[in-house]
Amino acid sequence: MKCFEIEKLNLHYGDFHALKNICMNIEKENITSFIGPSGCGKSSLLKTLNRMNDIAEGCRISGDVKLFGEDVYGDMDVNMLRKRVGMVFQKPNPFPMSVYDNIAFGPRTHGIKSKYELDKIVEKALQDAAIWNELKDRLKKSALGLSGGQQQRLCIARAMAVSPEILLMDEPTSALDPISTGKIEELLLHLKEAYSIIIVTHNMQQAARISDKTAFFLFGQVIEYSETESMFTMPRDKRTEDYITGRFG
Amino acid sequence: MKLKNKFYERIMAMLCWSAALSSVLALLFIVGFILVKGLPHIKPSLFSAAYSSDNVSLMPALVSTIIMTFMSILLAVPLGMFAAIYLVEYAGRGTLRANKSVMLIRITAETLSGIPSIVYGLFGLLFFVSFLDWKFSMLAGAFTLAIMILPLIMRSSEEALLAVPDMYREGAFGLGAGKLRTVFRIVLPSAMPGILAGIILATGRIVGETAALVYTAGTVAQIPKNPMQSARTLSVHMYALSGEGLHVNEGYATAVVLLVMVIILNIASAKSAKKLAGGA
Repeated sequence: MKCFEIEKLNLHYGDFHALKNICMNIEKENITSFIGPSGCGKSSLLKTLNRMNDIAEGCRISGDVKLFGEDVYGDMDVNMLRKRVGMVFQKPNPFPMSVYDNIAFGPRTHGIKSKYELDKIVEKALQDAAIWNELKDRLKKSALGLSGGQQQRLCIARAMAVSPEILLMDEPTSALDPISTGKIEELLLHLKEAYSIIIVTHNMQQAARISDKTAFFLFGQVIEYSETESMFTMPRDKRTEDYITGRFG
Repeated sequence: MKLKNKFYERIMAMLCWSAALSSVLALLFIVGFILVKGLPHIKPSLFSAAYSSDNVSLMPALVSTIIMTFMSILLAVPLGMFAAIYLVEYAGRGTLRANKSVMLIRITAETLSGIPSIVYGLFGLLFFVSFLDWKFSMLAGAFTLAIMILPLIMRSSEEALLAVPDMYREGAFGLGAGKLRTVFRIVLPSAMPGILAGIILATGRIVGETAALVYTAGTVAQIPKNPMQSARTLSVHMYALSGEGLHVNEGYATAVVLLVMVIILNIASAKSAKKLAGGA
């Protein structure tokens, strides 16, 4: 089952042709990772999937992106799209408010007001993000006081609190230490039972460890897109091989 | 060579230190001077409810000052804050360079903030007092002051909004929050301490203003019963006392009260800003 179907997608930032004729299908209940050197377009593609590129300056997009068959760039409501396709950013970005209010912000945005329901959602989200035990006694404390790793897991919990179908992650562990990174990877492996996860990473070992499928990007094109295991053991393209063996990038 | 460098380093450090010291000393000297001159003349009669030429009570002026401050702030803050929200959150986004209208608004605001207050006073006199026929009144004064502090409020709100990291906005958009909700629930609360700092500065200007008020709110020493009545603020009261030359000592006593008021205001707002920032 496919969650995203991407057809002949082109993206320009001003004069810069950032994504060139991308065609790919992304599987449901899977972890798909995007790898490639900086500036190769992997983050741009990720942001196209929940239309976060809309706020980028001078950005033009052509082609088709379908979410379970529905056209993302058609008359779908952007806010509904972003509710269904959650996002976790490179730098942990908890809002400057309490842990509880951070998690409750999303559900409140989508109209949930009852305290009882919000309490349940907050607890479930934090438990799903495996951070409930650490935070249950500091729900009323400011989220800015947490460690980087805790903040990032809080952001994952916050994204899950609006019950999305898909989670997009833009290098979610690049600002974290190895132990926090390990915790988040463990969490992702657990989460893929229920969510479809697309992760952009600079870290090839990370892609190899956690993802089911991997796409290798270079200069705005998808060079190779296949099962992670086969890509890392026998890459089909010479450039993929050069990249994953560390010859450039 | 090394020795010479060290020597210059010492000299520069001394210069900076003495500059810092002299600015503190200047402030301490002014405060001390006012306290020495004014404290002995603070008498209960200065605080009696009604002004007469015998007791030269500052009570009506004190009350008028508070009312005037509230009125002007109430007029200027919503306008300045929403203008800043427009500039930062709506107009400046989506184009690479700030577009022409934003530039125009910025230049206008900057020009407005450079105009001497007496010019605002004159404008208030011609427009609010004469043309709109509001007479010398609190309302005319408050409108004049509101125009005067508007650029200040706008600029400080703008700075505060610009200082809010974009990752907060992205985070909110990423959860499916619309523009309005993002601006009012996430961005504005984060910017509040900075906006408040601007309001404090503006309050300082209102409390210290005379020129713009003499021509618009008038100088009647009474507690105004409605906004259409004339009244004098503490600064105008001081100006009148020392101008007449009969009650200079009471003028100093008034200065002490004004000083205490400003200090209390500053401490209170610093505290509330801290609370806002910490609780946020």
